[in-house]
Amino acid sequence: MSTFEFLLQGLAVAAQPMNLLYALIGVTLGTAVGVLPGIGPALTVALLLPVTYKLDPAGSLIMFAGIYYGGMYGGSTTSILLNTPGESASIVTALEGNKMARAGRGGPALATAAIGSFVAGLIATLALAFVAPFIVKVALVFGPREYFALMVLAFVTVSSAFGDSTLRGLTSLFVGLTLAIIGIDQLSGQARLSFGIPDLLDGIEVTTLAVAMFAIGETLYIAAQGDKGPDKVEAVKGSVWMNAADWARSWKPWLRGTAIGFPIGAMPAGGAEIGTFLSYAAEKRLTKHPEEFGNGAIEGVAGPEAANNASAAGTLVPLLTLGLPTTATAAIMLAGFQQYGLQPGPLLFATNPQLVWGLIASLLIANFMLLVLNLPLIGLWVKLLTIPKPWLYAGILLFATLGTIGANPSVFELGMLLAFGLLGYVMRIFGYPIAPVVVGLILGPLAEQQLRRALAISQGDLTTLVASPVAVVLLLIAAAALIVPLILRARGRGQVLSQLAASED
Amino acid sequence: MKHFFLASILAGAMALPAFAADYKIIAPANPGGGWDQTARTLQTVMQSEGISGNVQVINVPGAGGTIGLAQFASQDKGNAGALIVGGYVMVGAILTNKSPVTLKDVTPIARLTGEYEAIVVPASSPFQTFGDLVEALKKDPGAVSWAGGSAGGTDHIAVGLIAKAAGVDPKKINYIAYSGGGEALAAILGAQVSAGISGYGEFESQVKAGTLRLLAVSSADRLEGIDAPTIKESGLDVVVENWRMVAAAPGLSDEQKAAVSADIEKLVKSAAWQEQLKTKGWQDTYLSGAAFDEQLAKDVSATEGVLKDIGLVE
Repeated sequence: MSTFEFLLQGLAVAAQPMNLLYALIGVTLGTAVGVLPGIGPALTVALLLPVTYKLDPAGSLIMFAGIYYGGMYGGSTTSILLNTPGESASIVTALEGNKMARAGRGGPALATAAIGSFVAGLIATLALAFVAPFIVKVALVFGPREYFALMVLAFVTVSSAFGDSTLRGLTSLFVGLTLAIIGIDQLSGQARLSFGIPDLLDGIEVTTLAVAMFAIGETLYIAAQGDKGPDKVEAVKGSVWMNAADWARSWKPWLRGTAIGFPIGAMPAGGAEIGTFLSYAAEKRLTKHPEEFGNGAIEGVAGPEAANNASAAGTLVPLLTLGLPTTATAAIMLAGFQQYGLQPGPLLFATNPQLVWGLIASLLIANFMLLVLNLPLIGLWVKLLTIPKPWLYAGILLFATLGTIGANPSVFELGMLLAFGLLGYVMRIFGYPIAPVVVGLILGPLAEQQLRRALAISQGDLTTLVASPVAVVLLLIAAAALIVPLILRARGRGQVLSQLAASED
Repeated sequence: MKHFFLASILAGAMALPAFAADYKIIAPANPGGGWDQTARTLQTVMQSEGISGNVQVINVPGAGGTIGLAQFASQDKGNAGALIVGGYVMVGAILTNKSPVTLKDVTPIARLTGEYEAIVVPASSPFQTFGDLVEALKKDPGAVSWAGGSAGGTDHIAVGLIAKAAGVDPKKINYIAYSGGGEALAAILGAQVSAGISGYGEFESQVKAGTLRLLAVSSADRLEGIDAPTIKESGLDVVVENWRMVAAAPGLSDEQKAAVSADIEKLVKSAAWQEQLKTKGWQDTYLSGAAFDEQLAKDVSATEGVLKDIGLVE
């Protein structure tokens, strides 16, 4: 049978009424648990995996696919509505999405996230089916020096999300980089900046920092303003649905987000967050509405959300073709596959075509179910914003705390949540952007580890960093992204650029 | 009929949350890793075999398991229904992190599973045999880069032992630590490093597909169904096994300890457990009681020696 016939056969099985029901249950469960801040897709899948064991293989595979995509998607809803990222890959979504929600455009923001996730999921799943073996060859070219070059590029491009003051943006970034050093150094096994506190040995959890900075900091900020808070939240202004202009501004970011997210997700050390950073930076440079960035630009939601979901499918490329779990979620999925007698690896497509294509068909169905479930719910979700402020923020505090405790039941973690919440509050008062702190915490260790690995392998020879064509190209793009704006500014086009770098907060 | 009875016992046990045989298992790692999988497999089998009606798994990740261990030792003192999963990696982590809480502060019950280390090179590598690799290591230790799991873990210790046995200063080895065998695998496949070392299961499918060449395994004798010599055969006296264990809380009475041990023995002897071992590719290394205590003490002192040689512990 050809590839295509296997896929059609898989789709026929997955489209049976009972299996559609399983997909719906899986997507609902996945979204419901994924919505809780601090509980990322990994824990969601780990908690819900046993549920699928009771079903027949086809049914359990489908429910499982639903849980995975549901968990990946769930984080965006709270990001947009409550400024509380459910997981690290939806941090960027909060930047523009929450501004939209406050301006009464929560509906279109949620819609563009849902449809963008669907489009990205669809394209990326098809790409997984047809070009996975090719993509994985490219991904293996990436060694430590290439990853380091990619991180340099990511650092340069995300600096555009730093707000109107470069100095303040850099200050925030270095706070994040400092926090990133805390804990056991992965390469030498030695503890750094942990001050003998065992709880600090494992470093600072990204979701704890993100939830604290965004949700707790925001809550304190609102509470401190009391009744005279200026930013009155408007639940709905205009239509809940996307209008023609929204569509026109969304479709390109969806496609670009997919194109960025899928290959980065497929790289063994890529990670979903980096795709969302790069997508956000790309949209900010390409938009025709630069003045809206920082105040709720729909492109800033559409692109990163598409990138996020495309990288979720991308993660499956090394998992299925190499048996290589690149994220915690993928590692749990590997355990799930073993339950069905699937041994992912280079021979999987040859030895177990029915199951592989069944899984891919299930992912397509789950992706569709996600849209079916979430579009009608948007009207309901948006009503969350009409809850009186004290209740709403009390609820945010409750969920942020529950999520953190759920992911890591420790008093110390809770203390960190509150301490970083205070830090977020203070930074807000003094006009320092929040996002670069989280960006520093995510990118810092990746860049450091890859640089040190590259140098260890070359035994300290610095020229290794530019000894590969891929690394050279990435570094040149990074240099261009840094220098071109300077030249433009020097030639008197600074106005456009200062608008490009419009305030984030 | 038997199943019906079991089911009704299970249902009864679930209806009474205070039932005596309830267990809570701490997995001192993130979801997805070996300890998490061990804990969740224990959970599944305990429930399906009716050993316990209600088993809860709690992840307390961090620092090679020492954070979970410290929390377990202080919070669950005297709780006969609390278990923690651990293993060889934890032994190393306790030493490198100078953890104030050690395995002496809990009640080790039994060793459950084990996995041998495998040494692989990419198919394109010039090293055809383990001997070739050792020759290169002797010539210039820094030029041979090894990719494996976390610093101070089983993989790192194994490389240290190999270097020592080959007469090379273990401090000079060029070990590139990755967060786990999986991430290391990408670096090995891409020929970014000279060789890779991790549990055999991490490499199995690649070895079968011919993209990686298996040079040696770290068992005492050749393993059934695996076509590779042992490290011992090449003249280096190195045997390493990455084992996993289960421990109970400190401060238990002898009767309580015996009851937990009996439950674990029942579990290990069950068909469901054996079935799980087979699907997951884990070796059955069940060892309990005084024999386990003795083996554990031996492993701890040997590990301490190696980590000092590598320079991770002073």
